[in-house]
Amino acid sequence: MSDIRRKAVIAGIGETEYSRKSGKTERTLFLEAAKLAIADAGLTPKDIDGVMPDNPGRSSPGGVGGYGEFATNFGINDLRFGGMSNMGAAAIGSSIYTAATMVTAGVANAIVILGGGNGRSGHRLGQGGGRQDASYGSNFEAPYGMMSAAQSWALPARRHMIQYGTTQEQYGAIAVATRKHAQLNSKATMKGLMTMEDYLNSRMIADPYHLLDCCLESDGAAACVVTTAERARNLPQKPVYIAGGAQSYGPSPAEMLNRTDITINSVRLAAPLAFREAGITIADVDFAEIYDSFTFAVLSQIEDLGFCKKGEGGSFVEGGRIELGGELPINTHGGLLSQAHIWGMNHVAEAVKQLRGQAGAAQVPNAQVGVVSFTDMGGYGSVLVLTGV
Amino acid sequence: MTTRYRKPLPDLSFEEGKEFWTYTKKHELRIPRCVDCGTYRWRPRPMCANCYSMNTEWARTSGKGTLYTWTVVHHPMGEAWVSEVPYAVAVVTLDEGVRLVSNILDCPPEELRAGMPLEVVFEDVTDEITLPKFRPVRQRRRL
Repeated sequence: MSDIRRKAVIAGIGETEYSRKSGKTERTLFLEAAKLAIADAGLTPKDIDGVMPDNPGRSSPGGVGGYGEFATNFGINDLRFGGMSNMGAAAIGSSIYTAATMVTAGVANAIVILGGGNGRSGHRLGQGGGRQDASYGSNFEAPYGMMSAAQSWALPARRHMIQYGTTQEQYGAIAVATRKHAQLNSKATMKGLMTMEDYLNSRMIADPYHLLDCCLESDGAAACVVTTAERARNLPQKPVYIAGGAQSYGPSPAEMLNRTDITINSVRLAAPLAFREAGITIADVDFAEIYDSFTFAVLSQIEDLGFCKKGEGGSFVEGGRIELGGELPINTHGGLLSQAHIWGMNHVAEAVKQLRGQAGAAQVPNAQVGVVSFTDMGGYGSVLVLTGV
Repeated sequence: MTTRYRKPLPDLSFEEGKEFWTYTKKHELRIPRCVDCGTYRWRPRPMCANCYSMNTEWARTSGKGTLYTWTVVHHPMGEAWVSEVPYAVAVVTLDEGVRLVSNILDCPPEELRAGMPLEVVFEDVTDEITLPKFRPVRQRRRL
């Protein structure tokens, strides 16, 4: 375990407009987000000496979000760290943790982490493809009509219902709460409250998933700047400490269906490491921003992060517990379900705002400890513990 | 085949998987098994996760299993599936212990139940490709 507690911080965040049609190239979006994050941190591009793009598909070193493109555009002549996490949807958390260890070790001083793209107007996220197991998937799943993330994630959602009696309405409670939070967020693309009736009446995509169980497809990018606590001392924003973090690869990480129990999320392995490093317990957590590609992804992470026992996630999300004002507000910005799909960098941006006291109408009173959790198909996971003090 | 088959087909150039389809064409459901320790595995991979052996054989299976989980697909992913929806994608736990993705025939989606006994049936979808699918094992009437 690294010793990053109180040594590494998120000093700046930046978010472009979130929309369904950016009218911009992905390269432009990444640069815009980075520029905003660097300015928010009170730094200039010359202060940046590391970059971590989020998506290997688009971000080969010379690709649109790659290290070389980044440095060349910003005129940075001495970039000394480029890194990339190959954890799919868990990449952002893993990259931020890696960046924290890198600045703590002195490998770089200030690292920009990027996330986003044209997930709606470009290659639509919901259209499949780009999966890490493309060969196995195209050979052994596609011939049977299993071709999308919604279909794949529906399988453990159904299994959870079988094993634990989880109900459709309990998945709905997650969608409804998240939409409620989105109404307080100016960047949210989904306007208007959702009732349980709206949820249940939304068209079926891949049972048990209705349309409103599924994340948005969005255009946009977000970025953050990770540096040392020492460097941040003279910067304008209140620093947000990366107090703990971890990656996890659970059993059979590359293939969900042959795990002994497909309802278990690998964040179960990362959470204790991240919490121990941060010196916190689950009771200290004021809010959580949880990667919500689908409602079940949230439910399984709630359980496996340790907020409740395995199997009790369904009752946990009921009764407003995960809403602002509840015991554990989750996805206070509207998440991937109702704000925008920015690969969870929007979750990081929201957590930073909460801990700075800049979350506006969605502010959790006196928020000091936030958890940001990511999952790719339950197999790859990353967890960050961020603190304001 | 009177009409051209339009749904996705396995890519026979995929090294790890191509042998599977040579057996299904003969209406045999075979899966990789470690020659050294006898552990079955799915998907086909070079190494046995139990003993790290790379000696693999394609072992015959009983063709029997149970339903582990499923999704009923209503939103078609492309033209070829428009006339198929709603259809069930099923995860079948074979008696040998591994789980396969397949479809369930002769059973309306609303009658699917976790744990229901299933048996393999072979669907010759093109001249080259036979897809193993499953159907419920019906209780035989006592005479």
